[in-house]
Amino acid sequence: MPARLEGRARVVGDNVNTDYIISSTRKRETLDEQILKRYLLETLDPGFAASVRDGDLLVGGANFGCGSAMEIAATVILASGIRAVLAQSFSRTFFRNAVNNGLMPIECDTSGIIEGDRLAITIDARGVLMDNRTRGVMVEGEPLRHMMAEILDAGGLVEYLRRGAWRRA
Amino acid sequence: MTAPKTIAEKILSSKAGVDAQAGDVVVCEVDLVIGTDASSPMAIDYFRRMGGERVHDPGRVVFALDHYSPPSTPKTAAFHDEVRGFARDQGVELYDVGVGISHQVVPERGRALPGDLIVGADSHTVTCGALNLFATGVGSSDLAAAMITGRIWLRVPETIKVTLAGWMPPGLSAKDVGLAMIAELGSEGANYRALEFHGLGLGELSLDDRFVLANLAVESGAKAAIFPADAATESYLLGRTSSRGTPVQCDLGAAFERELVLDLDAITPRVAVPDSPTDVVPIERAVGTAVDMIFLGTCTGGRAADLREALAVLERNGGEVAPGIQLVVTPASREVYLRLIEDGTIARLAAMGAIVTTPGCGACCGTSGAIPGDGMTVLSTANRNFRARMGNATARIYLASPAACAAAAATGRITDPRTVL
Repeated sequence: MPARLEGRARVVGDNVNTDYIISSTRKRETLDEQILKRYLLETLDPGFAASVRDGDLLVGGANFGCGSAMEIAATVILASGIRAVLAQSFSRTFFRNAVNNGLMPIECDTSGIIEGDRLAITIDARGVLMDNRTRGVMVEGEPLRHMMAEILDAGGLVEYLRRGAWRRA
Repeated sequence: MTAPKTIAEKILSSKAGVDAQAGDVVVCEVDLVIGTDASSPMAIDYFRRMGGERVHDPGRVVFALDHYSPPSTPKTAAFHDEVRGFARDQGVELYDVGVGISHQVVPERGRALPGDLIVGADSHTVTCGALNLFATGVGSSDLAAAMITGRIWLRVPETIKVTLAGWMPPGLSAKDVGLAMIAELGSEGANYRALEFHGLGLGELSLDDRFVLANLAVESGAKAAIFPADAATESYLLGRTSSRGTPVQCDLGAAFERELVLDLDAITPRVAVPDSPTDVVPIERAVGTAVDMIFLGTCTGGRAADLREALAVLERNGGEVAPGIQLVVTPASREVYLRLIEDGTIARLAAMGAIVTTPGCGACCGTSGAIPGDGMTVLSTANRNFRARMGNATARIYLASPAACAAAAATGRITDPRTVL
């Protein structure tokens, strides 16, 4: 599915675990992402949530989303208006959770991206391209493979399953 | 003729009914699906949105109310009621509040068998791999999909061979070995990969020790951590289930991505320092750090042997908790709790002033039990010490073995357990 996203880079570091994305203590009180998004990444930066604008792109370093497999970490990011996360690498559980909810995980070299950079991401048959308009640098990303691409194309695992995937005859 | 296979390749091939190797994507039949009170409320929501009506096989699903045990707020009590109601309607077994941590109780009840594929909506589901099976953590949507279809798609992982060489020195804990292992692998060194354990040192490790290593593997990102089946596996299963499962051996010549050799003789007590479980130092480098709270518990360090060891260290050191130290003890399961009540361990710990809490995840992730105060330093037997992990961002969390935690409880400072053994 061709896609194009453009937005402002919101840069975080390496090994951002899911507890940092949304703390277990918060999700114990509610699973409503509209409330939880006020606490997005609060452990790293208490002011972060309030500064997020619709269409921002979250940019991590290595091993984004490590730790707990809690899916709310992916859905709170989406609820904040962020539709893609770019990182050098992702933890496998976060990656699956992102794709299953239609949040785009883009694995690419994020080392040159600076907070506030204007990024344009193009996904088409040729692959994934991240154009850092502020720096004038283009970087290729890892295309989604296998079933991941099919699930993201469907808009997430709910739609994918509603279409009858993996059902028995 | 098919290529020689790792244990992960064999189990996933068998569950998918195809001849698969690392890198292939397969749709597998799942032997057991595990949900917790932290992940199942969302999973139930996905289940309904996916059009789910009945779970594919109620006998292959269990829920554990372990993260909020007992519930400390009306909301967490409501999560419990939702999961209880769903379990009742679907005819699914439920481990209610106080039964224990999901991936502790599943093996205890003989529900984890060699050769199985287990998926759990809890990253520490990998713990079950100690019993020669493929167990992996997923989120709530994958859990829902597995409940509806009985299946899950998985990429067959490459395998890192972890060879345990040499012998365990007296007093060394599996926790020390595990911390050394994940420090060596790094925080994402095993991401997308399986670990498979080998070596003569395996014979030294009880199932409880193997659970610790499999459990910690996910702190390096491992998708699964698999031990071979041997006499220790047999004896663990004995009395828990009449089944022996389908033990799986790796083939001679199986392709490993790489090998990590851990020389057990050379490993010494370790401590993970704030704020990452893979930031590990020899304990000597942290000795003297004043602590405020000691936490004995979790799916890493809350088993009977762990708490007995902690008691023994405390008793050899005056039999008292140092003044001002809060010692929180949370057995990993009711089975563990009852065994420790029967042998007097719990009574002796309580007499020393320990706060004994409901079996379950306890204070590990700030969801139930004791939350450290502002600026407190905690030494814990758990597996994660991320900032705010225990519910207070100003607390500093160190991770160590039960013996090291007990030594610190006795002295009020991080103490090398070898100096007080």
